[in-house]
Amino acid sequence: MAAHLSVTVNGTVREADVEPRRLLVQLIREDFDLTGTHVGCDTSQCGACTVHVDGKAVKSCTMLAVQADGSDVTTIEGMASAEGLHPLQTAFWEHHGLQCGFCTPGMIMTAAALLASNPDPTDDEIRHAIAGNFCRCTGYQNIVIAIRAAAAAMRAGSTAGAAS
Amino acid sequence: MIPAAFDYVRATSLDDALARLAADDGAKVIAGGQSILPLMKLRLARPETLVDIGRLTELQGVRRLPDGRVAVGALTTYAAMIADPILGHYGLLRDALPNIGDTQVRNRGTIGGAIAHADPASDMPAILLALDAEVVARSATAERTIPITSFFEGAFDSALRPGEIITEIRLPGGRDDVGSAYSAIEQPASGYSIAGVAAVIGARSGDRWGLCAVGVTGVGEHPYRATAVEQAIRGGASVADAATHATDGITVASDIHADREYRTHVAAVQVRRALEAAAARLG
Amino acid sequence: MTTDMLGKSVKRVEDRRLITGGGRYVDDIKLQSMAYCAILRSPYAHANIRSIDTSAAKAMPGVLDVMVGTDIPYNPLPLAWPAGGSAGLQNNVNTPRALATDSVKWTGEGVAAVIAETPEQAFDALEAIVVDYEPLPTVVDAEKATQPGAPQLHENAPNNIVFDWTVGDKAGTDAAVDAAEVVVRQRIVNQRLIPNPMETRGDIGLYNPGTDEYTIWMSSQTPHIQRILLAIFVMGIPEHKLRCISPDVGGAFGTKIFCYADYVVVLHASKRLGGRAVKWIESRRENYQSTIHGRDHITYLEIAGSKQGEISAVRVKTYANLGGRLSTIGPGIPTTLYARVLSGCYKIPNVFAEVIGVYTNTVFVDAYRGAGRPEATYVIERAMDLFANEIGMDPAELRRRNFIAPDKFPYENPSGLGTASGGAKIYIDSGNYEPAMDKALAMAGYAGMDKAKAEARRRGKYLGVGLSTYIEVCGVAPSKWIGAVGEGWGAAMWESANIKVHLTGKVVVTMGTQPQGQGHETTYAQVIGHELGIPMEDIVVQHSDTQGTPMGYGSYGSRTSSVGSTAAIRAAAKIREKARRYAAHMLEASVEDIEVDGAEYRVKGSPDKKKTFQEIAFALDLAFDAPEGMEPYLDETAYYDTPNCTWPFGTHVAIVEVDEATGHVDLVKYVAVDDVGNKINPMIVDGQLHGGIAQGVGQALWEGAVYGDDGQLLSGSMLDYAMPRAAWFPHLELDETVTPSPVNPIGVKGVGEAGAIASTAAVANAVNDALKPFGIRHLDMPLTSQAVWKAMQSSKGAQA
Ligand SMILES: Cc1cc2nc3c(=O)[nH]c(=O)nc-3n(C[C@H](O)[C@H](O)[C@H](O)COP(=O)(O)OP(=O)(O)OC[C@H]3O[C@@H](n4cnc5c(N)ncnc54)[C@H](O)[C@@H]3O)c2cc1C
Ligand code: FES
Ligand code: FES
Repeated sequence: MAAHLSVTVNGTVREADVEPRRLLVQLIREDFDLTGTHVGCDTSQCGACTVHVDGKAVKSCTMLAVQADGSDVTTIEGMASAEGLHPLQTAFWEHHGLQCGFCTPGMIMTAAALLASNPDPTDDEIRHAIAGNFCRCTGYQNIVIAIRAAAAAMRAGSTAGAAS
Repeated sequence: MIPAAFDYVRATSLDDALARLAADDGAKVIAGGQSILPLMKLRLARPETLVDIGRLTELQGVRRLPDGRVAVGALTTYAAMIADPILGHYGLLRDALPNIGDTQVRNRGTIGGAIAHADPASDMPAILLALDAEVVARSATAERTIPITSFFEGAFDSALRPGEIITEIRLPGGRDDVGSAYSAIEQPASGYSIAGVAAVIGARSGDRWGLCAVGVTGVGEHPYRATAVEQAIRGGASVADAATHATDGITVASDIHADREYRTHVAAVQVRRALEAAAARLG
Repeated sequence: MTTDMLGKSVKRVEDRRLITGGGRYVDDIKLQSMAYCAILRSPYAHANIRSIDTSAAKAMPGVLDVMVGTDIPYNPLPLAWPAGGSAGLQNNVNTPRALATDSVKWTGEGVAAVIAETPEQAFDALEAIVVDYEPLPTVVDAEKATQPGAPQLHENAPNNIVFDWTVGDKAGTDAAVDAAEVVVRQRIVNQRLIPNPMETRGDIGLYNPGTDEYTIWMSSQTPHIQRILLAIFVMGIPEHKLRCISPDVGGAFGTKIFCYADYVVVLHASKRLGGRAVKWIESRRENYQSTIHGRDHITYLEIAGSKQGEISAVRVKTYANLGGRLSTIGPGIPTTLYARVLSGCYKIPNVFAEVIGVYTNTVFVDAYRGAGRPEATYVIERAMDLFANEIGMDPAELRRRNFIAPDKFPYENPSGLGTASGGAKIYIDSGNYEPAMDKALAMAGYAGMDKAKAEARRRGKYLGVGLSTYIEVCGVAPSKWIGAVGEGWGAAMWESANIKVHLTGKVVVTMGTQPQGQGHETTYAQVIGHELGIPMEDIVVQHSDTQGTPMGYGSYGSRTSSVGSTAAIRAAAKIREKARRYAAHMLEASVEDIEVDGAEYRVKGSPDKKKTFQEIAFALDLAFDAPEGMEPYLDETAYYDTPNCTWPFGTHVAIVEVDEATGHVDLVKYVAVDDVGNKINPMIVDGQLHGGIAQGVGQALWEGAVYGDDGQLLSGSMLDYAMPRAAWFPHLELDETVTPSPVNPIGVKGVGEAGAIASTAAVANAVNDALKPFGIRHLDMPLTSQAVWKAMQSSKGAQA
């Protein structure tokens, strides 16, 4: 029994007919061909699949596609804008916050959710916020540094914006 | 991995959901999906039909009841509870909520799902036990109130009957003369508690504590009230002495992370730490 | 002038695609009419297969094919590195088949494969396959498996012994131990680990009936080696009819070096389907059962010396668990890569090791980050602490007294680098161990530890400090030496690079190495930019495809920067030489008179007479005016066999606090001073160290594969195998000393494994130090809260 659904992905309305058991991550990767969102585990722990659904970070492997019907979904592919990379992307690049890059999209999505609610997190707060995102390559150190740097850049950006 | 096939319906209202459950023995509700989907992906759970109650706004949110108690809608997520000003007054919630699961899990996992699932290591049950909460459950035909102390019946087994949906959880109103705290030691891989303890303690009058309630999770077959600890405290025992009764009468669980001996020990340590922290909050 | 980027912390070239979701890992590839494969795995650790009934599965919707072992006509997977040496060649080799035929030897061995239109259908059909097993007794512990009466896995391996191998001077070591004033003995377990790269493995097989050619996309560190192994040894197809492609690889840590059964399954399945592509993606739980594990040693250690702290001998007997069948180079790890470096950075005159490789009903064990060297470092670094404790000497002081002195290099250690049969030797090329240790001790505040310990005690905590003064062998390896120590290792270990300079002076470099997150596309561009005097932006580095890259042996053993870069430098030198000859022609000068400065080719003494690299490339590509005998175009390949390995070293210091009430260990400070020689890109070097340290700390404190006696993997998912999380680490403090390696032109040594090799011992030593007040001498890893608390309890009990 296929279900019809419609989701706004990175600003574009997309439709699909899927089995109810299709996971959101499969919808994104297989039906919409957005393969930046990864699958790193089968027990909902690694966070490689993290996307935003209606502005909240969720593990897209632990949500049915049909549960996202009508929602606004942002994936890593939707983070950069016409003006350029998202400050988190820039910071991960500058501070070597990634090695193999497999955890990176999920990590950036979780970090973006953190900075949306806490624009000036401490290192401890950052480490706590990414508890649901595993990285096997970096030892997390440069990820923490990158998120801190992105936070600073975004704060500077928003004051600049307010001033102008 | 991929779940076995099932049918899916999104409930349009609580009554719609209840009617669908009543009509279909193989139906199960899905709320945030943070417990049931992992099981379904491993095909350890295979419901024939999922009734999605996730969008029933009527079951979301926190409100104060006329009698001063606080009702938490079953579909309130951990994230919503953390942000809620009323719940911010409960020390044990402030301790526990930010450490349950992770950011993403807290954005979807609900309080109703957490207790309906009746995971023996889940944190929320210990807290609700210590708060003497009540669970409100509805079926297509009736509504009943279940005291939390008789809710958990075994591992993944509760007093909830087929066809019932938890609508809300009622907590006593916050009191200034009561301190509460949560203290847990985590199983490092899963993040669930090896021993998690919620303590509520009332201000002393004379040499006796006003009240004492201790909920324990991760330790027994299901979350429980450490009544022996409470009695010892009420009988005037020191916190350290009372804590040694943490697992009295309990069949303590054992696994590769914590065998019976260690779990018994850390249960007592967490009881002591939770009680001390709760007492400290009394100022 | 082009800015020379060699040695600078340049941002990585590969990152733009990875941070925007544009990475391309195996599972991201979708081919036309691709089918999906799911593999049924044994629920028993040891059983005979009586029968397999696939009829119901074959009738399921969408199912295209169901294969069992007997449907796949090829050889078992190859063993590329028997222990060799004193063990000789074994006649008891048992490696996996594409799918098991008669019996299964571990929980998770593949027994059948379903190919279906969709992954859902493939998984659904798995449940319809009926296998009749006859369960057999199991053994999971390597030492127990060798005891009389233990369940036997293979008829050709009595007592489950794969090899009994020795290295070093037995008589001399026995005599030195007998004569020593002090001998410390300890049984040490180096627990089994599950490597857990964040991308699991996966492959896509594609057979082209029109050309009789096979292509496989694989998440592999060694596409060229896989072509050799699969084509020649397993499938018996001509080597040139198989193409192996390894796209972006999401971490590997050794696990993706090897030849795996699923490669054969997808290739054969595609052929049976007449050429439809077949994709198989490993789930995480499957990864725990079908991809190699690491470590798993039980070691009986003896360390001998004088009361003044002169170490005279080390003698070990190690049981190495190799799993139910052998992985590609499983036996090579606990022999050559472990025992031959057991003496570490110390001048220990007598070393003898006996290593017994053992079959058990567990997943096969092979190289995991460090591969043998972390095990060796753990043994010797624990040994140094145990000995220091025994004679009442500061562990740093004991190390200082036994370091190989800086004027003793090149140094041949007595634990076997030079005792390989065949006579090919390698030497420790360089080192200067004391300055690194002193720097690390100063950074850690080692002198003030007593005060810190007392302060912690007031908070109910026991503070401990631990060192690890490690060395490691990198840049594997001279082919001659590998041939000699391996006795049967089927591959050389040279490396390759090809450089093509296009019309406009833009450069395409293809390499035989294969990155998994190390940033090769950046570091090679830095090296070649430096060599040719051109901007990095003008260079693109390609790898990963046996079609279009020169033959190479892939990336592991921290070999890419030293062996691969040297190949690149040599290819660049050839390019430069030809460009110089052509410049001479263009400038009407003799070749000897052309001097090269970056991208400028000038006539000596007439600085105005010059051509740029780009001008030369342009002219040589057009070749309108090429001199007689000169081939057009700049296109050169170099193959490079290293004369020696490289030897990074350093000192790591860990400070931990143990909670007396729960046994919980908190890593509160971590200092690392590493000497990896010169650095191509310091930022990338630091990143490698961070990640390696975290993995090593993971082993010390949290990680461990746990088997039940029945062979069930109890730590069978991420719910039970503790992956390190961000909040568990302090900010790691890194510094360096720089002793360039004389082995290669840039003086690099390799850094992929150093962190993991050093950190485990540092943290374990710290915890053991913290537990000293309890009279605890040694506690095995992982040092979980429970393990630590129990040790404190039993020693309190004993003291009471
Ligand atoms: C990675 C991860 C880490 C976690 N860590 C922790 C942790 O540290 N501590 C902890 O306590 N928990 C932890 N959890 C579990 C989490 O708290 C629960 O999964 C979540 O709260 C369940 O709520 P849900 O809405 O997602 O339930 P669902 O998964 O939707 O449902 C769970 C069960 O409850 C039933 N159900 C749901 N809602 C109702 C209702 N209103 N009435 C009747 N039945 C209902 C469903 O039918 C199902 O059987 C973790 C989960 C994950 C995935
Ligand atoms: S893939 Fe979603 S949490 Fe791992
Ligand atoms: S960069 Fe490889 S897992 Fe994080």
